[in-house]
Amino acid sequence: MSEIQVERVTRLSRAAAVVGVLLVGVAITLPAWGESSTMRDFVELACYFVFAMMWNLLAGYGGMVSIGQQAFFGLGGYGMLVLADHAGVNPFVAIVLAALATAALAWPLSRLAFRLQGGYFAIGTWVIAEVLRLSVANVSVVGGGSGTSLTALAGLGKGVRESVTYWMALGCVVATLVGVYLFLRSKQGLALMAIRDNETASESQGIAVGRMKLAVYIVAAGGAALAGGLYFVSTLRISPDAAFSVNWTAFAIFMVVIGGIGRIEGPIVGTLVFFFLNKAFSGYGTWYLMGLGLLAIVVTLFFKQGLWGWIQQRHGWVLFPTQRRLRL
Amino acid sequence: MSGALLRTTGLTAAYGDAQALFGIDFELRAGETVAIIGANGAGKSTFLKALTGLVKVPVAMVSFDGVPIGGAAPGAIVRQGLAMVPEGRRLFPSLTVEENLLMGANARRPGPWTLERLFGLFPILKDKRANPGMALSGGQQQMVAIGRALMSNPRVLLCDELSLGLAPIVVAEIYRVLHTLTAEGMSVVIVEQDVSTACRVSQRVYCFQEGRVSLQGASHELTREQISLAYFGV
Amino acid sequence: MIAWLDVLIQGVLLGGLYGLFALGLSLMFGVMRLTNVAHGDIVVLAAFAAIAGVSALGGTAGSLWPLLGVSLLLLPLAFGAGYLLQRQVLNGTLGRDPLPSMVVTFGLSIVVQNALLQAFSADPRALDVGELAIHSLPLPGGLALGTLPLITFVISLAATAGLQALFGRTALGRSFRAVSDDREVAELMGLDARKVYALATALAFVLVALAGVLQAMRTTVSPGDGPLLLLFAFEAVIIGGMGSFWGTLVGALLLGVTQQIGFQFDPGWGIWFGHLVFLAVLVVRPQGLFPKTRG
Repeated sequence: MSEIQVERVTRLSRAAAVVGVLLVGVAITLPAWGESSTMRDFVELACYFVFAMMWNLLAGYGGMVSIGQQAFFGLGGYGMLVLADHAGVNPFVAIVLAALATAALAWPLSRLAFRLQGGYFAIGTWVIAEVLRLSVANVSVVGGGSGTSLTALAGLGKGVRESVTYWMALGCVVATLVGVYLFLRSKQGLALMAIRDNETASESQGIAVGRMKLAVYIVAAGGAALAGGLYFVSTLRISPDAAFSVNWTAFAIFMVVIGGIGRIEGPIVGTLVFFFLNKAFSGYGTWYLMGLGLLAIVVTLFFKQGLWGWIQQRHGWVLFPTQRRLRL
Repeated sequence: MSGALLRTTGLTAAYGDAQALFGIDFELRAGETVAIIGANGAGKSTFLKALTGLVKVPVAMVSFDGVPIGGAAPGAIVRQGLAMVPEGRRLFPSLTVEENLLMGANARRPGPWTLERLFGLFPILKDKRANPGMALSGGQQQMVAIGRALMSNPRVLLCDELSLGLAPIVVAEIYRVLHTLTAEGMSVVIVEQDVSTACRVSQRVYCFQEGRVSLQGASHELTREQISLAYFGV
Repeated sequence: MIAWLDVLIQGVLLGGLYGLFALGLSLMFGVMRLTNVAHGDIVVLAAFAAIAGVSALGGTAGSLWPLLGVSLLLLPLAFGAGYLLQRQVLNGTLGRDPLPSMVVTFGLSIVVQNALLQAFSADPRALDVGELAIHSLPLPGGLALGTLPLITFVISLAATAGLQALFGRTALGRSFRAVSDDREVAELMGLDARKVYALATALAFVLVALAGVLQAMRTTVSPGDGPLLLLFAFEAVIIGGMGSFWGTLVGALLLGVTQQIGFQFDPGWGIWFGHLVFLAVLVVRPQGLFPKTRG
């Protein structure tokens, strides 16, 4: 019997990898020749993207749909603020530290959230986010309900600040993409996809379902917090309503569903679509939001796999191959 | 050709992309008891689901008393007179014994079966009528499942794995009751794991193997060797 | 002592309204495992519909007849809307994966909120009920029972009892329970699950419409109020325990009392306190106080 090979990489994905590295190389040089507004746009895009990827990891791969991820986004933001303004930590370092601290906090919070399942889990996470919002709004040290400004970066020149923030955002995007991709390719990633497809069967095969779900929950929390810290370093002002707004999760859901849940390429496509829609139409206020809502409904009902999923079905393209194919 | 109450012609069925049945020709005549045997995964339950409309098939592939019923809605099929006793009983946990039985009357045809008559057939259920369906023993649950199917006044009963998980003495009692029904003229298809029981209670046997009929014949004429070969397909 | 009794009474009466919020949510989840994220927004929609209806009818300020007429019209409209929504849109989202129904109802929530914003602007509105807003029945010890809250409470009690009776003693209730237990076997019994689901949502929407009207009579409503009402409904269901309508009502009463206690300490603390008690119940007794054990 001839040797059976397991292969994963496709020609398209190899090409995409090369293009990706080139893009990153070009992007690194942006502060030298690009505009301030472009860099700020990118940082905002990066925050949306990281948050969406984390939501996708949690829901699409972990099977846990949450409407409360904004809890961690806000914790990341406020954690960064507290460390930077009150503990004298470099704000950019504070972003990472706050993300780690939030990830650690996600463990006890999961004990609460995991008491619920399915749709009620989703709303339960929302309640947790609301509790955090209301609690923080009562803490006057961080400005209470009206929020406060990040002062730790006051000494830094605008150009330097924006460049460093931009590079940090770029780093976060690359780290998220590479990190999630490597994770899903690993044994743990395979286990996660097995759990997503059939939890009971996975358990019977010896996969520690509970531990995996907890791990995903913690990682997603940390990632969301990273996005939060980054966002408020960029905007320099934070408030409980902005930090813990359910809109973050709403946008993430939109981006992931439009792009295609459960695929890595999906959130990329979804974030880009959302960003350009935002740029073009957000001036229309309520009509724009209604349009977003309707679009999400239509895509869920008729294009269950999202835009990228639809493309993938028609053309078989895969940029981030995680499936293993047998070559006989 | 004539006299077949239930017939399938070249029946094929699939679960999504997976083909489960590959052209089954099957016949049940009025008053007969026919058994279907076969290993797990041979397609026996899929076959019953295709008969009852739970799995969609082309309309001409299944006919009941000459009327094509393939792919029809399960409720419509029950109203034609075909009722199923599902594998594993599948009583409604939120309903009492009596309510479970009443559910069977939802799509009833005119006929003699009523709650009182059922309690006459299964006296023990009368005492337990207000109990939650799942609080009963396996054998009693099986009685409720059969009763629920009878409440629609069917002409054909499809029984999927009646003996599953039940002690032999209970199984014997269940089949004794079934015999009372067939003596009154009920036509029955039983899917049965236990080959000797299947051959004992039926007039004809079909053996399924990987979605095809590998053997069929009169129950008392088939030899153990023939059945073994057909069952395992070696 | 008397002051605390007053808090208790206010809380129980408030909880009655929360019970009405929660019944619809509990019904939809019980029958088809569907979590309607737009639940609170539909309450607000009904409230605004009543407000618009009453102002369109004109009539003397504080007169209750236009209100009664509009409310009675609103109930069958809500029934039809719920039926259509489930039949045409939500039925397609049901299945093992909870995500599609959640995304669709989430989208619906955003659409409803923004449509209301567009139509009515962000200003809070209320239904003018004239005398009824301040009317109360005097109790010994200087306490008073607000008449409107009392009426709301009685309606809530009746609705709970009615729903419980419907589920336990009617053929429709049997259908609800059967379809929720085992859709496939229920279809074998001749039930059309799609129709049963649609009826459940239709019924839930009637309760929601009732709740919306009563809410607008009690206080002002704004287009963005929906999510908070959803959370109240949800908390009531979890505290009370799933699978039991009386349990849901008790959970709602507890939530109402908890919030009132919180309000006593600080106006900004009532809702927060309610959230905390919900989380506490989740930690200590996650199945709720009166869960219905399934067989």
